[in-house]
Amino acid sequence: MTLLRIEGLTKRFGGLVAINKLDFDIPANSITAIIGPNGAGKTTLFNVIGGAMRPDEGRIVLDGKDITGWRAHNVAREGISRTFQTTALFEELPTWVNLVIGYRMRTRSGVLDGVFRTPRSVRERKETSQRVLEILAFTGLADYADKPAGSIPQEAQKRLAIGVALIGRPKLVLLDEPTGGVGLGETDEIITLIEKIRDSGVTVCVIEHKMRMIMHLADHIVVLNFGVKIADGNPQEVCENPGVIEAYLGEYIA
Amino acid sequence: MKKYARIGLYLLVLAAAIALPLLLNMSRKGKYQIQIFTLAMVWAIATLSLNLILGYTGQASLAHGAFMGIGAYSFAIMVERIGINFWLALPLTCLVTAFIGLLIGLPSLRTKGPYFAILTLCFNVIVVVVFFNWTWLSGGTAGQKLTIPSYLSQRWVRYYVVLFFLILVLLIERQIVKSLSGSSLIAVRSNEALAEAVGIRSFREKLIAFTASCFLVGLAGALFAMESGNLNYNVTNYLYSFYILIYLLIGGVATLAGPVVGAVGLYWLLDRIEALGEFRYLIFGLILIVFIIYLPRGVVGGIKQLWEWAKGRWTRKEVPSDTPAYRGPDEEVRGIGSD
Repeated sequence: MTLLRIEGLTKRFGGLVAINKLDFDIPANSITAIIGPNGAGKTTLFNVIGGAMRPDEGRIVLDGKDITGWRAHNVAREGISRTFQTTALFEELPTWVNLVIGYRMRTRSGVLDGVFRTPRSVRERKETSQRVLEILAFTGLADYADKPAGSIPQEAQKRLAIGVALIGRPKLVLLDEPTGGVGLGETDEIITLIEKIRDSGVTVCVIEHKMRMIMHLADHIVVLNFGVKIADGNPQEVCENPGVIEAYLGEYIA
Repeated sequence: MKKYARIGLYLLVLAAAIALPLLLNMSRKGKYQIQIFTLAMVWAIATLSLNLILGYTGQASLAHGAFMGIGAYSFAIMVERIGINFWLALPLTCLVTAFIGLLIGLPSLRTKGPYFAILTLCFNVIVVVVFFNWTWLSGGTAGQKLTIPSYLSQRWVRYYVVLFFLILVLLIERQIVKSLSGSSLIAVRSNEALAEAVGIRSFREKLIAFTASCFLVGLAGALFAMESGNLNYNVTNYLYSFYILIYLLIGGVATLAGPVVGAVGLYWLLDRIEALGEFRYLIFGLILIVFIIYLPRGVVGGIKQLWEWAKGRWTRKEVPSDTPAYRGPDEEVRGIGSD
């Protein structure tokens, strides 16, 4: 079953075509990897799907609903959340507050609820702290709960960013280089976490550079080069695709 | 234990604030001092309101002088010309100011950072010009008079009225910043792009904070009108926007005690050195420079840092090696979100 369908998606920056008539599907309950050399348009693709940029052409359909050109907060509310390549967190705020903010889109109490401590705000606070505890356990960050997010180790920050994306119960999470900037020896926990996310029923789409890792992790791979899709399939198929070997994987496989 | 010490400190400050007019009432000079403290507390309310939009939501409004003037005039006009009951006019003033704030926020909050500051400053200048020229509104050189109920004619009574509202505003702001909606505001200040990505409608949050902030500064304006008795166009002066900003910066941005400490402390100090005339603003500037360089989180932020440092020394707890002590000046200014 397809969760997200991309049809003829194009994004231009002036004369540069960052993404060119892209078509692919992200199947539900799987890990889809987007790979490609630097400048292939991977992060632009995430920005367009996530609503940070508007596409010039094409359609983005989530679960049968056209979300093309929606703004980032509405895309997030609809069920697509994302992390950023350079880890983005609310750095000066404690880890648990980062998670509280991540869950805000699922709670509705406003300023007046806060001032008067209405039953709704009390109920939603309880609900939020329960969910925060769940995610702290899920991401293994309980020890860091009270520390400012900017002060915890880099690898833990990566997991926190994933936690912030997960806490609002998305249908699809877009992870932009979840192991970027993390030492090779420290990636295992993040890989385990990504597999756990898929097993919990959330579809994952991940941009990665570490090829060996992707071949093990991904169920489905989309290869981009200069904004064009050059291959699409399971890891085996992608590895054997002559176009991919020529354009991108040659040096790794040989 | 620490919580009780904190509550004890609050009660002590409250007791001192309640006892102050009783002490000052004994001498003639002291009676004048009561008025100084009353006005200082009015500015503290205004500073708390700016703290909501600047300190917690991260949007530097330079229109709070104008909104304070608008609040003061709305209040005086409602009471004096329309004849609305004094106590009914207070909440109405807040609503009127909040509504005007909403109208101004709708276009101006679409800009970011310095552009928002410039736009709000422009608005403030426009308001000054309008009040200067529309004499039917501002009362021209004669000003707009405000008669207050006779039981408010004593200085100390007005002191307690303002003290009551200051405490009320403090409690309201505390409730807001510690609530779920407060976390949305702080999220917008901390990282707007990430806030958007996790579904927070940042424009809406800013608009809510700005409107709430104007609601509170309207109250400060009304109390200012009550204390002054006569208003002229100068109450909308943009210099007041900067005063409020300076009180906030020196007291401590994004803290609850900071605005009160900054406004009351500086207002009182300025009155003490009044003999120096315009030169006192030189001292003002010097204090500001020293604070920006050495205590970017203001008095309250500085005390907090000192407290953390002392606690660390006494308990000899080792700082975990993964905790960088200093993350650049930007981090220092932003501070810890709540409290």
